[in-house]
Amino acid sequence: MSVSTVPADTSFQFSQLWRDARYRSYTIQILALVVALSVAMMLVMNAVENLKELGKDFSFSFLFEPAGYDIGQMLVEYSSASAHWKAALVGLLNTLLVAFLACVTATIIGVFVGVLRLSNNWVVSRLMAVYIEGVRNVPLLLQILAWYAVFIHVFPAPKLAVKSPVIEGAVYATNRGFYIPGLTFEGSYQVVVATLIASIIGMVVFRRWAHQRQEATGQILAVGWISLGILVLPTFLVYFASGMPIGLDYPVAGKFNLKGGVKIGTPLVALWFALSIYSAAFVAEIVRAGIMAISKGQTEAAYALGLRPRRTMSLIVLPQSLRIIIPPMISNYLNITKNSSLAIAVGYMDLTGTLGGITLNQTGREMECMLLLMATYLLISLSISAVMNAYNESVKLKGR
Amino acid sequence: MKKMILPIALGAAFAAASFSAASAGTLEDVKERGKLRCAVSTGLAGFSFTDENGQWQGFDVDYCRAVAAAVLGNPDAVEFSPATGKTRFTMLASGEVDILSRNTTWTFSRDADLKFTFLGISYFDGQGFMVKKSLGVSSAKELDGATVCIQTGTTTELNLSDYFAGQGMSYEPLPIETNTEGRANYLADACDVYTTDASGLAASRATFENADDHIVLPEIISKEPLGPLVRHGDEQWADIGRWVLNAMKIAEEKGITAANADEMAANSKDPEVKRLLGASGEMGASLGLDNDFALVAIKAVGNYGEVFERHLGTDTKVNLARGLNAMWTEGGLQYAPPFR
Repeated sequence: MSVSTVPADTSFQFSQLWRDARYRSYTIQILALVVALSVAMMLVMNAVENLKELGKDFSFSFLFEPAGYDIGQMLVEYSSASAHWKAALVGLLNTLLVAFLACVTATIIGVFVGVLRLSNNWVVSRLMAVYIEGVRNVPLLLQILAWYAVFIHVFPAPKLAVKSPVIEGAVYATNRGFYIPGLTFEGSYQVVVATLIASIIGMVVFRRWAHQRQEATGQILAVGWISLGILVLPTFLVYFASGMPIGLDYPVAGKFNLKGGVKIGTPLVALWFALSIYSAAFVAEIVRAGIMAISKGQTEAAYALGLRPRRTMSLIVLPQSLRIIIPPMISNYLNITKNSSLAIAVGYMDLTGTLGGITLNQTGREMECMLLLMATYLLISLSISAVMNAYNESVKLKGR
Repeated sequence: MKKMILPIALGAAFAAASFSAASAGTLEDVKERGKLRCAVSTGLAGFSFTDENGQWQGFDVDYCRAVAAAVLGNPDAVEFSPATGKTRFTMLASGEVDILSRNTTWTFSRDADLKFTFLGISYFDGQGFMVKKSLGVSSAKELDGATVCIQTGTTTELNLSDYFAGQGMSYEPLPIETNTEGRANYLADACDVYTTDASGLAASRATFENADDHIVLPEIISKEPLGPLVRHGDEQWADIGRWVLNAMKIAEEKGITAANADEMAANSKDPEVKRLLGASGEMGASLGLDNDFALVAIKAVGNYGEVFERHLGTDTKVNLARGLNAMWTEGGLQYAPPFR
């Protein structure tokens, strides 16, 4: 304990820790820390003690044993002979997939609904209000189950679906999932992919240049058409020049299910749908709040300059309201990700379904699986927060 | 120093909490509570289901009632907790229930790794497949590429994977949580095949509107010895559960029924019957129970055969023959160690 900063009173007394305002806050904080740590310690010791009493050790070695079960929808190679960690990875990717899809669609639907909610058209704004209030006041689990029931009852079984394709020979909608053609890669397909990536970069560069040119000279180019051309033309030329190395794999009728192509399972679609519809209602309210927080004078000024309502919204109001919208949006994205753990209700094998479900059950390692599960969700949530906070920083009002 | 009292008190409370987990014997706990806590399935015709009066009924349920009768003298002193395939082991391991009677398969890892004690085999079962007749399938070997509905967290999940891999076939699993969900998905054609224990298939099929449109395929792909289980570490409690089950089987072997149990106890000349029903010897006392524990249990639910016929037998909707579950004297596998 350093006392050299108090030259008048060199003899430090113990009671100063409590009576002296200079030290008191430290004393209180250290005490609080000690109490918090000992409570945490006590809880951990308690768990360890009780586990020992039940004859259970604490070990993660089960992760390397064969899982022994199969998974319906997977993004990476997996079979029942793979290890439990691989099953957990399949689950993690499935979680990320549905969370990503739901975040994107919820945002699009939500912004749309939020803007329409403020429409001057009474019917439209009331309709949106009904949607928002209806959807966000019904438990999500029920909505997921309801959508799933709709999907498995409304769409035909594969045998019937083959007779009534959405697009003959290519796209089929069944009650077990949607089948679309998949891509097959052969020969020098890398060249085509490389060209595509180069075109995308070229397009971005062009758009930036066009923007700068407009700022400088006021001339407006047909940016949309030119970017489309940059994106599509070179790739097409290279594709045909290199002998069409990327083909399509069409789904065909099998004995029970369709074979080939890409299957997007009903569980994924139902979950994605339910999460998007549910979360969009919250996004809509956030967007409405953001728009309403922008002073009316901004809109009036834009009108006075002769901007039409749609351009006023997209150029003046929305960019400003983004600053208000983003922070609550971060927590909304986190909610979507965490809510995706309801997937097991419709048999979608996400992280909770694999690591926290079947693996936990077949190995009986509740403690280990739950800790891993919580750590993983924490990591995902913190990553989303970090990315969104960085974005928030970039759109923040800059002090100039 | 006055301020330090609160943390110390809190600490003491936590310390006390950590030691109270080490409880007394399960038998004392049950007697003190006056109720047996028993986990059963969430609803499977014949095994455990609630009747129109909201009362739990079924094969697995009656075993719990027999244990309650033996321990507490009252077959109705049971608190039933419905458990899914996933939650059942956690419920038992955490002490939320005293006994798990939920058509659970006896396996090595559940016994040795999950630390449970199986009390015997109440039903010899095996995993089967049910399909719609309209598919025109007559053998499980024709199921390549099918979508299969399966209850997660069960041994059937692992057997299924082994069977298809062994046959060099592929399938698409549709994991579901409960039997009810499985039925709904199967009937809506979300899957071609429903797989679970053959008894469970028969039970589900019995509840279908057009049971004749569905067939159970002849292949039985696994051994599924089902039985009740308790936690490791309380041998007395395990013995009680084991011998209530055995007593029900011995009763059938000796012709003791719910109706004639009292009379047999009074008049039988057979020494084993007299020991079983508490008319001679001090057998019950060594379990920490009354001497007539088996008599009370049998009077409450009947012998093994009676329970089977009442819930699963050929006169019920489930319509299962005794098969492997007949007594050993009648060509089955049910066999209880001698009561002496």
